[in-house]
Amino acid sequence: MELEVIKKEKFSILKLSGDVDLYSSPQVRKKILSLITKSNKNLLVDLAEVTYMDSSGVATLVEALQLTNKNSGTLRLYSLRDAIKDVFELSRLDKVFNIYENEEQAFEGM
Amino acid sequence: MTEHKSIIEIENLETYYGSRKVLDGINLSIKPGETMTILGRSGCGKSTLLRHIIGLSKPSSGTIKIKSRNITDLSEDEMLPIRRKVGMLFQGAALFNSMTVGDNVALPLREHTELEDSTIKIMTRMKLDQVGLSGFEDFFPAQLSGGMKKRAALARAIAMDPDILFCDEPSAGLDPIVAVGIDHLILKLKKAFNMTIVIVTHELESVNMIADRVALLDSGKIIALGTVDELMASDTPKVKQFFNRIPDPEKIDKESYLKSLIG
Repeated sequence: MELEVIKKEKFSILKLSGDVDLYSSPQVRKKILSLITKSNKNLLVDLAEVTYMDSSGVATLVEALQLTNKNSGTLRLYSLRDAIKDVFELSRLDKVFNIYENEEQAFEGM
Repeated sequence: MTEHKSIIEIENLETYYGSRKVLDGINLSIKPGETMTILGRSGCGKSTLLRHIIGLSKPSSGTIKIKSRNITDLSEDEMLPIRRKVGMLFQGAALFNSMTVGDNVALPLREHTELEDSTIKIMTRMKLDQVGLSGFEDFFPAQLSGGMKKRAALARAIAMDPDILFCDEPSAGLDPIVAVGIDHLILKLKKAFNMTIVIVTHELESVNMIADRVALLDSGKIIALGTVDELMASDTPKVKQFFNRIPDPEKIDKESYLKSLIG
């Protein structure tokens, strides 16, 4: 798993790639916690290159959502592959997250 | 791994308890995403076979490959990465009574991962939701019904997102309505997570509902292998006897019976 951060004026973008699983999720969590702050409370997560995500990856993003909500910020996920979409749907979390088809849609109104 | 390749491959498996051969030349291939039911009468060797597949017992001879790795010659340490991706639902649920349901489900995650407790708590709630036990995380096993205990045990078995789920008599000791509920749940999880499932049972109703294929075991040998329909159409006497639920003919040795009565 690899991660890349792009900082914009009003939000950060976290680009994840590879497998987000039991072993890599702690690294993702650590990065997310460092990115969501009171001064930079909006996070966009690009999942286009994520090939596999297990429950720990989803739970980590739930924590990210919890944190952005607490800071009155926004969390948006975008460019999910079908297999990753399924993981969210099976956990019924597709209704909880703001999920966008692509970067353009995710950036709208930010 | 390609889709058509076996996820579990058993070849010429033999094992003895003392001088008694309990598994006698077992050959079985299980495909990824398949639900394989190991069916047979009490004492036919099906639970022994399951113990061997999950590496709790070592065979006298033969090989068991899980994801192409022969587990029969692996040490306990070498087995760990394989066990982490395997879930096990034990016959008696095997929950720890001194722990809450939530802690029981969280146990494998706390034991085998570096995840933070906040992440584990969310995962535990997700798993309990998947088995229909949302809101029960603070209950103790003694406060649950038999069916709920099985559901909690299933939540623990899938805590690590296993590729393979083993179930030993999942509906044993449950009333028929609760038992069919567990079968439905196993089916739902299989569809949702595309897990390979191996179920040991002697319940024909369960087999009809959940099995893709059935291996019928008798005296340590697989005497029939195929879909439920194929086995039901079989002309083999022992297969017919099992599927038609025909009891063994009564055998009485007059002399020994009389002797047992009069001493």
